[in-house]
Amino acid sequence: MSEIIIFAEIDGDGLHSTAGELISAGKKIAADTGNVVSAALIGGNQDLASQAISLGADKVYLANDDAIQEGVADAYLAALHKICINAEPTVVLTSKTPIGRAVGPRLAYRLGSGIAQDCMDVSADGDSGRVTVTRPVYGGNAMAKFTFADKDPQVVIMRLKAFEAMEPDSSRSGEVIEFELSLDESDIKTKLVETVKEESEGVRLEDAAVIIGMGRGLGGPEPFSQLEELAKVFNGAVGASRAVCDAGWLDHSYQIGLTGKTVTPDVYITVGISGASQHMAGCSSSKNIVAINKDGDANIFKEASFGVVGDWEKVLPAFTETARELLES
Amino acid sequence: MSLNIIVCAKQVMDPETPLSAFNVDEAAKRVVPAQGIPPVVNGFCENAVEAALKIKEAAGDATITIISLGNDFVMDVMKKPLSMGADQMILIQDPAAENLDALGTATVLSKAIEKIGEADIVICGQQASDWDNAHVPLGISEMLGIACLSEARSIDLGDGTVTVASSRSDGYDVFEAPLPCLITVSNEIGEPRYPTLRGIMQASRKSPETWTLNDLDLSESDVSPVLTLSELFVPASDRQCEIIEGEDEADSGRLLALKLREEKII
Repeated sequence: MSEIIIFAEIDGDGLHSTAGELISAGKKIAADTGNVVSAALIGGNQDLASQAISLGADKVYLANDDAIQEGVADAYLAALHKICINAEPTVVLTSKTPIGRAVGPRLAYRLGSGIAQDCMDVSADGDSGRVTVTRPVYGGNAMAKFTFADKDPQVVIMRLKAFEAMEPDSSRSGEVIEFELSLDESDIKTKLVETVKEESEGVRLEDAAVIIGMGRGLGGPEPFSQLEELAKVFNGAVGASRAVCDAGWLDHSYQIGLTGKTVTPDVYITVGISGASQHMAGCSSSKNIVAINKDGDANIFKEASFGVVGDWEKVLPAFTETARELLES
Repeated sequence: MSLNIIVCAKQVMDPETPLSAFNVDEAAKRVVPAQGIPPVVNGFCENAVEAALKIKEAAGDATITIISLGNDFVMDVMKKPLSMGADQMILIQDPAAENLDALGTATVLSKAIEKIGEADIVICGQQASDWDNAHVPLGISEMLGIACLSEARSIDLGDGTVTVASSRSDGYDVFEAPLPCLITVSNEIGEPRYPTLRGIMQASRKSPETWTLNDLDLSESDVSPVLTLSELFVPASDRQCEIIEGEDEADSGRLLALKLREEKII
């Protein structure tokens, strides 16, 4: 039976959180097409294979090779390519993680098939097996649906958290196939020279469940310390609009938006951010947006679920203080 | 030895276009260009031009060629990379290439890079702000069969190699690849320089070459789509903002925190 292959990434000793999300997305397609959902577990072990099965995978390709090295896309790509040549899947799903978004597209081009990036939803036509995806375009100002032509595999890169992983259930059963890779040296053109850890205070933007957004409305770089203080209350991180970074108040690594980072926190608390579409492109998938801005007509209030119209210098200290009391109590 | 650098740059609708001027023609499945707002060179592509100029400065001897695939080019806009300091420009324009998918786009651009010949480094912005695909450059590297280094925040030229740093969640990775290679860059590579008056004067004297699919030995059937746009629409916003008002602004701040707690948001 033809199958859907999901690229299950590994994070430390366990599966990456996106593995379960991809299995769920694969299951949704399989419900229409009757395909099997297989997990490609590259550089994994039996224990991780069992984890993938408990999350719903029908089959696991367990593939190991000395050339597999964390962070090196070339090796994962070569491995996934070999698995696909062998299994001839109709669909391949990867996540928009650093490795997933490097490997997925290159796999599609290598196989001459179609690729859709940053997808928030997938569905399939039961008869033709053709997949349709929904994804934001124009920085989220518009949504598009794309349908794959008659060429397999249809490669889909899912946005993080677009699907929820199923509850692990150890009674689920599946098949584990040890897949012989024997990668060739010529498969790996890039060499990982070193991995440098940067001491960042607190949580990184991409990982933060709570983000405090700094906007031009704050008038200068000084209020950063107040936002940082608020971020600390939530064990969150501070991000910024392009205007703030262009003005040199903060480094460009803080920038959220179309020409910066895309973030998906549970809560995004914006202070002095007007909500230009350029900025919203990077944060519109936040679960909740909260706005503090003195201009009640600012676009941010169209995106936020809660807000205060007022001077941040007066609103913020009281907000921070109350939030701290609430979280400590 | 002179280094041959090729930068892919795309003309896009200005992403700063106010939402009120952003219109979608759902029947035609396209975004209607906003009246009176000129297009721009895609932001990350300008970062790519900046990266190329920095490499040229470090290498001493290099030629930077800008290539762009598109239609309705606005010459004043597209000449910006030339006024920033790039040496030459090739525009690929063909009625048969107006609605290409990413596979078709990568096919055309990689053919153009082959036609220019002997590229040492191809640099691209990591993503274009219109279709947000973020994978055409990766496709080019596959088609050319060269090493691919994506999302670089710095680039250092070695002897027949390049070294790039790419951000990761808790720091960065340093990768090395042999030339020729393709590199995609993000905004972290550095602010694109402003064109100087001299640069603008020099650019005004240069006329970009124009190629069609025929010049690349490609026909329409070589670029037939594998992905079709079936719907394009402006999402309805379901967010209703509840404005919290207290006795004064400080009180509003306090009530906002209480409200968020009550809603289990914090």
